[in-house]
Amino acid sequence: MRDWLDSDAVHGFRTSPIAVLSCLLLWLLIGGAVLAPWIAPQNPFDLGRVSLMDSSQPPMSPAADGDRTYFLGTDQQGRDMLSAILYGLRVSLLVGGLAVAFAVVVGVTIGLVSGYVGGFVDLVLMRIADVQLTFPAVLTALLVDGSIRAALPRSVHDSLQLHVVVFSIGISLWPSLARTVRGSTMVERGKDYVLAARVIGVPSWRVALTHVLPNVVGPVMVIATLGLGMAILAEATLSFLGVGLPASRPSLGTLIKYGGDYLYSGSWWMAAFPGLALMLLVLAINLLGDWLRDALTPGLR
Amino acid sequence: MVDEPVLRFDAVSFQFDVSGPWLQRVVGREGRRTLRAVDDVSFALPEGTTLSLVGESGCGKSTVARLAVGLYRPDGGAIHFEGQPLDVARAQPALRRQMSMIFQDPIASLNPRWRVRSIIGEPIRLFGLAADASALRRRVDRLLEQVGLSIGDGDRFPHAFSGGQRQRISIARALASEPRLLVCDEPTSALDVSVQAQILNLMRDLQRDLGLTYLFISHNLAVVRHMSDRVGVMYLGRIVEQGPASAIFATPRHPYTRLLLDAVPDPRGLRPSRDPVVGEVPDPVDPPGGCPFHPRCPLATDRCRMEKPAYTAVGAVQVACHAVAEGRGAIA
Amino acid sequence: MPVLSVRDLVVEFPNRRGVARAVDGVSFEIDPGEVLGLVGESGAGKSLTGAAIVGLLPPPGRIAGGAILLDGERIDALPPHRMRAIRGRRIGMIFQDPLTALNPLFTVGQQLIETMRAHLPLSHRQARERAIAWLAEVGIAAPSMRVDAYPNAFSGGMRQRVAIALALCAEPRLVIADEPTTALDVSIQAQIVALLRRLARERGTAILLITHDMGVIAETADRVAVMYAGRIVEIGSTRAVIDSPSHPYADGLMASIPSLDRPVDRLRQIDGAMPRLDAIPAGCAFHPRCPSAFDRCRVERPELRDVGPTRSACWLGQGHG
Repeated sequence: MRDWLDSDAVHGFRTSPIAVLSCLLLWLLIGGAVLAPWIAPQNPFDLGRVSLMDSSQPPMSPAADGDRTYFLGTDQQGRDMLSAILYGLRVSLLVGGLAVAFAVVVGVTIGLVSGYVGGFVDLVLMRIADVQLTFPAVLTALLVDGSIRAALPRSVHDSLQLHVVVFSIGISLWPSLARTVRGSTMVERGKDYVLAARVIGVPSWRVALTHVLPNVVGPVMVIATLGLGMAILAEATLSFLGVGLPASRPSLGTLIKYGGDYLYSGSWWMAAFPGLALMLLVLAINLLGDWLRDALTPGLR
Repeated sequence: MVDEPVLRFDAVSFQFDVSGPWLQRVVGREGRRTLRAVDDVSFALPEGTTLSLVGESGCGKSTVARLAVGLYRPDGGAIHFEGQPLDVARAQPALRRQMSMIFQDPIASLNPRWRVRSIIGEPIRLFGLAADASALRRRVDRLLEQVGLSIGDGDRFPHAFSGGQRQRISIARALASEPRLLVCDEPTSALDVSVQAQILNLMRDLQRDLGLTYLFISHNLAVVRHMSDRVGVMYLGRIVEQGPASAIFATPRHPYTRLLLDAVPDPRGLRPSRDPVVGEVPDPVDPPGGCPFHPRCPLATDRCRMEKPAYTAVGAVQVACHAVAEGRGAIA
Repeated sequence: MPVLSVRDLVVEFPNRRGVARAVDGVSFEIDPGEVLGLVGESGAGKSLTGAAIVGLLPPPGRIAGGAILLDGERIDALPPHRMRAIRGRRIGMIFQDPLTALNPLFTVGQQLIETMRAHLPLSHRQARERAIAWLAEVGIAAPSMRVDAYPNAFSGGMRQRVAIALALCAEPRLVIADEPTTALDVSIQAQIVALLRRLARERGTAILLITHDMGVIAETADRVAVMYAGRIVEIGSTRAVIDSPSHPYADGLMASIPSLDRPVDRLRQIDGAMPRLDAIPAGCAFHPRCPSAFDRCRVERPELRDVGPTRSACWLGQGHG
């Protein structure tokens, strides 16, 4: 542990203000999201606690019953924006995280198989990835979401909505992961430590999993981090377009969409604060991802 | 069988496909291009001895090493290990564990994410050579000591070690399955000379103590002379001269062997300044016809340009050279 | 006057734990037409010494002390643009990988012509004629045709010949050759070594030949300096250092090389390894590996001094019991 704290990576992190700041910000946002049920001033889904008397209040206005202040204002239903944003962060992070996890599993598996097996399998898998890469991520997500909507009855679709969104975003992210993993796998496959395992007859799948995989996951961390930012944005876009999560579980994107309807009536805070939260979240993730990439590529410094 | 060699190559050939990618071949109407990396190579390696293959880059010596451990399958000829065809032998764990390999690059040959203990223990676990975790631990400890490392080194990662120490770890891993045959592909080429001496001494000690058989690949003639019982000199995929090390180094017969020996700088050289050698190794994809060495050979005749020479026995040495066969190859 | 004179050169690499000294008080001189071999194992500091001379230390390395004089003029503290002018014109460089010196996008002729015209008063025509002459000089067949070929049309050995021509064509006073034969096959090594030596003789160019290969040194160098852990431990004429080294490290290094002419049953080995820069032992840096180390070696650092035919940094034979 002491060795680890003294290592160059940790030192590099501690001496990079951007890395420290973005990490701090990210933890703050994640902390807020995870702890939302305990720290949020109100539960925005508990209709008993939401009062229409307080609808569309600007920031810093006192509640009608006078016992507290709406720091970020309220929406048209009288929900506390701060609470809605904390709960929205939860949904955004959950969907983004699940989508990235899904993409990592698919992308790493396909990349590893493609790079290790090579030949015809590689040719087919990589052409599929090529085709996939020609579609913008949001368009892919729209297509997948649309086809699932068409294929399933509405009731089933609604109960599966979270899975559909996670799947459709995840599927748009796997090719970049698969390509990177394939590239590093092809490099590692030719290295002598892999040959040494093959000489004594270690089965191929075990060589790929125990020898190659641990040596190709470095870049995956970077792409996954940057992918999390993209996934959260994609989810926000889908929700904004109205094909994302249902209004009963509003993500940041949903909040922006509904807030946007009132933008011209002067209630700017309904869209601006969720938008700011989304921006800070994605910015923190991307800065951290960039730093991670630089830190893992010694030649860049 | 008492006299059965540990490893035997009979007229083994192997070619690489060096053609462009499929699409490029179709679009560019290119044919397949092959590189004959190993051409009609035969040798027998008796137990407890060292056969070295020596030659310049691209001569096919490393390909022979990889053929010997089954990383490549020959296109022609046969390889026998312990009297059985190589793929039959490699299908049996009890035989497969009797061959292992040491590589050139002390960095790439160890998985950077594994602790040394796991690296050395992998063959033991794979072949089930230790009854339980504590038996495994004891075996790894013994191997570490055998190659001159300390037991505590087992808990560290490869990057914590110098090049020489990493090569010791490689050797320990190679010994873990209690092999009879060790295929060593340029094991000291990446090391400094003082460390090279440590590793070469260790390898000779291990051979003596464990009765190991070495197939030793190197471009360094002095190292080869130090290590070998028998030597094969390779040029463009062929063994051009093969025989007991003492005979080859005392009276090299093939013009290429003589060229190589003349080229070696020896700091304490007793020989006068070496002759400048002419020419370079030609493109192996498009080797010269006849004897592949003829463009660089001072003794080349029309026959050499047309006809690939067969082996001529000169005492215990086999030489593939028309000049030697015709008696023109006398040492000046 | 010597072409190159290095005095008490210190190269440091600052890091967050302090400062690592990669080169520590190295001094030597090279006369016109002389080849000085700088030999040592990896981590000895030989390549960094060469890089410091041409002002190409990899960051964050810096010259922290001493002086480097080229024809009597200090060049260790020159601004980068003055140093650039000196490289190429007055100091030529040859590297292990010839492709680092050759630009793949230009023909070898273009590169030779450009280098010559940047430094010498030549017309394009004269420069082209001279480029062809240089290619012939370094042993490239059909030079008037190959002058218009790109580097990738040459084999490894031929590329190194072109790189040598490129390093020498502006008629520099000094050539720094860092492992020029290491990437080449033995039969080609001999050709390159012979070429380098002949050119130095004919033109009075001084050569600093940096290599780990004692064989190459023996064939090429007039004098040799053996480095260990950032310091020169022995320096003298090549034959004297090779045949009767007096420093135990130089002695062990020579004995650990297997010989074609004098095969031995067991090689003499130096146990242990070169120390890391951040853990250089006190006293004589070699003492933990030295078979004849005694108390003084562990506390006091020996300086170079005359011992018979060479200069050696060792306490042996210097007033101990």
